[in-house]
Amino acid sequence: MAAKPIEGEQRAFMTGNEVVAWAALAAGADIMYGYPITPQNEIMHYWTRMAPRYDRGFLQTEDEISAGFTTVGGVLAGKRAFTATAGPGNVLMQEAMSMAEMMRLPTVVVVTQRGGPSTATVIYSQQELNLTCFGGNGEGLRIVYSTSSHQDLFNYTIKAFNTAWKYRFPTFVLGDGYQSKMREPVTIYDPATRGIVMEECRPMVGLPGIAGIDREPAHLRNTYNLEDELYDRLTASIKDYQAMIPEVVEWEACAVDDDEILVIAHGVVSRAARAAVDSLREAGIKAGYFRPITLRPFPEEALQPLAARAQRILVVESAHGQLERQVRASLYGLETPVSGYLRPGMGITPEEIIGAVQQTLRS
Amino acid sequence: MALAAQPQMPRVWRAETKPHKFCPGCGHGIILKALGEAIDALGIQERTIFGCDIGCSLLSWDFFNLDTIQTHHGRTTPVLVGIKRVRPELVVVSYMGDGGAYAIGAQHLVSSAVRNDLVTIIVVNNTQYGMTGGQMAPTTLPGQKTETTPYGRDVKLTGRPILGPELVAAVAPPGAYVARGSIANVVQLKNFIQKGLLNQIEGRGIAFIEALSACPTNWRTNAAETWRFIEKEMAAYFPTGELRTPGEAKNGQAGEGTPGAPEH
Amino acid sequence: MPLNIKIALAGEGGQGVQSVAEILTEAAYRAGHQALYIPNFGVEQRGGVSVAFVQVSEQPVSAPKFTTGDIVVALSYRAVERVKQYTGAATTLVYDASLEEEVREVYGDQPRKLAVPALEIAQKEMHPRVFNVIILGVLVGLTGFLKQQEVKEALERQFGHKFARDPSLRDLNYRALERGYQLGSRRGAK
Ligand SMILES: Cc1ncc(C[n+]2csc(CCOP(=O)(O)OP(=O)(O)O)c2C)c(N)n1
Ligand code: SF4
Ligand SMILES: [Mg+2]
Repeated sequence: MAAKPIEGEQRAFMTGNEVVAWAALAAGADIMYGYPITPQNEIMHYWTRMAPRYDRGFLQTEDEISAGFTTVGGVLAGKRAFTATAGPGNVLMQEAMSMAEMMRLPTVVVVTQRGGPSTATVIYSQQELNLTCFGGNGEGLRIVYSTSSHQDLFNYTIKAFNTAWKYRFPTFVLGDGYQSKMREPVTIYDPATRGIVMEECRPMVGLPGIAGIDREPAHLRNTYNLEDELYDRLTASIKDYQAMIPEVVEWEACAVDDDEILVIAHGVVSRAARAAVDSLREAGIKAGYFRPITLRPFPEEALQPLAARAQRILVVESAHGQLERQVRASLYGLETPVSGYLRPGMGITPEEIIGAVQQTLRS
Repeated sequence: MALAAQPQMPRVWRAETKPHKFCPGCGHGIILKALGEAIDALGIQERTIFGCDIGCSLLSWDFFNLDTIQTHHGRTTPVLVGIKRVRPELVVVSYMGDGGAYAIGAQHLVSSAVRNDLVTIIVVNNTQYGMTGGQMAPTTLPGQKTETTPYGRDVKLTGRPILGPELVAAVAPPGAYVARGSIANVVQLKNFIQKGLLNQIEGRGIAFIEALSACPTNWRTNAAETWRFIEKEMAAYFPTGELRTPGEAKNGQAGEGTPGAPEH
Repeated sequence: MPLNIKIALAGEGGQGVQSVAEILTEAAYRAGHQALYIPNFGVEQRGGVSVAFVQVSEQPVSAPKFTTGDIVVALSYRAVERVKQYTGAATTLVYDASLEEEVREVYGDQPRKLAVPALEIAQKEMHPRVFNVIILGVLVGLTGFLKQQEVKEALERQFGHKFARDPSLRDLNYRALERGYQLGSRRGAK
């Protein structure tokens, strides 16, 4: 067998796309299927350069529909398969992911959000939250990790494989074009050195023995004849999903003991929110900070008491209310007023958030 | 016992799910029998993965004693290619309708052909969309009436029927196996499918077999009319025979596997 | 004051703006600082002005891009106009001396300006290729958070393979760095 891609721990200064490729290697991903789209491309570029050294595969498909379905094939065969996409590619990806949702297939997709709708920009946004959490004709039975830094990208790409294979729901790492293209420090590591055990990958087809003689055949389908059949199948999945929530849900909060205004942000914007809250505290303004890390499942239970304690809530995002809608839905019935600083497709700085907080407190 | 009632059932068929779910007189069952016999003849039950599309092919999701994946409309080939890339020891069969292959999944077909993916594709040509109730398909014959061409297919507006094997033969590299068979000649069809499986097993390239099939339900034909339509009208437009065999070098479009040369 | 500096660099594609940003941030990172660098990238990347956003600080950097830079560098005619949005009252505008007229037109009497004759030096005394290394030197001198040795090591990492083929390149780059450093630190000390 080829040597480990990363021995022990290493500090590095690299782009987010490179981080994802390293993380997938470190996680033992067997194959990447992909179709070019900015800002995801360099994940494929780094992967195709490094993968052959470690006996890992790659297939460039004819489009994202095919990238999604070949990834589905890879996991059915019992391999840690993944793909990466963005924007219009994420739209096409949803077809295969809805099949993965129905058939409980542990696919991993890295999404590097770009501007939307349509082709929009190749640069950045947080506008793929709805699509990634709820895309496809289903119930959003997926896990979506929203990363904010290169360290997150590394940690959660590895984690995504484990969550996917443990719980058998399609799992997404939701980054963005800024994280893809920027360089910042990161510690990359062999998961084993941190006590991370990679979940075993069991094939769902191509099992040992002759089907019908030594064992039952695996007959896997996503089509049902009757309402009741579908309902039973979905009810079982939804039950599994709900049982999983406490084990999977993640969030981060600070300065929330006495806050008058709670600032909520996810992904790369949460860094600016955190910095803004620190500055506001220094200036004597009682601001608090909350960041959902899993957008699906959403950390409702953690957020509710914090939201109840605060007097105002300000949701900050590079989209027009996609996070805000999740927040409002989680807090339904609570009287704390919610407002948004919404900048679809635009980066957000701490100074802007400070201004928005001050304005919210004045209004 | 089902087994006793159908003595000539291929071994790889799953007796528990017979009789099958296709309409009486449907061609799907005949094609799946040819496939079953080919799998039996090659002794590859233990390592064959069967993938079926959305369309009437989906009714075969529990048809065989084979690990089976029923996928999405047009997406069966990519799923199987995904499997084959990581488990090359398996033999993967992509089974779908003409709508799945030539309309919604055409890009996958062309791309797999160009890549010479090691997959055996079987396309059931019944000249329309069976499962959704008989709409026009890319294969609908000129003048043929369907639910969406109630006055007959007007080729000026909707084009001429696609020649799938000819298309694959034109783009696939050497090593490909391409043929068109018919339920009107089951021995030949089984032979084509078996060669197509062998082509994959021996790692030569893609195998593509179109099978002319019957859909009496949507054609609204009796037995005699059904056979006449297949053997006269369809056969006139869609010539059966081998278009590409891996032994022959591909030189331009002409030369090998003359389309239309009957095999008997 | 703890180190916290934001630099926006802009120039034409091929002027080496992005490698200046990369070398600077990589050296800062190796010297133990927090650093973040992001290029602008759009569909018009090839024809447009190339912009790099650099941040170096003691605290982890928050947002990847910023609205106002502490230092803004304009290296071409079009860049002068392009970087106006990143300049505030406290910003030091660094530009190539050949752009004097354009800068006066766009910025009027912006108080903090530093014209460096990098183009002229590169062309007349050194080699057009080291134009961006002179700029790198200017920034190192102006900001003072890196030792020259640290930058040399960063250059080595970036261009080591070229130096190996032609050792005279190393000397050329070091001289360019030194010249820039002199230009920048003279101003930085003021
Ligand atoms: C994305 C998508 N579009 C449309 C359909 C509806 N649909 C189901 S089967 C079918 C046509 C099947 O025709 P064909 O592939 O020729 O197979 P046949 O039933 O004739 O064997 C269509 C359009 C679908 N399932 N998915
Ligand atoms: S509708 Fe046509 S193709 Fe479908 S099962 Fe019936 S006869 Fe066969
Ligand atoms: Mg059909």
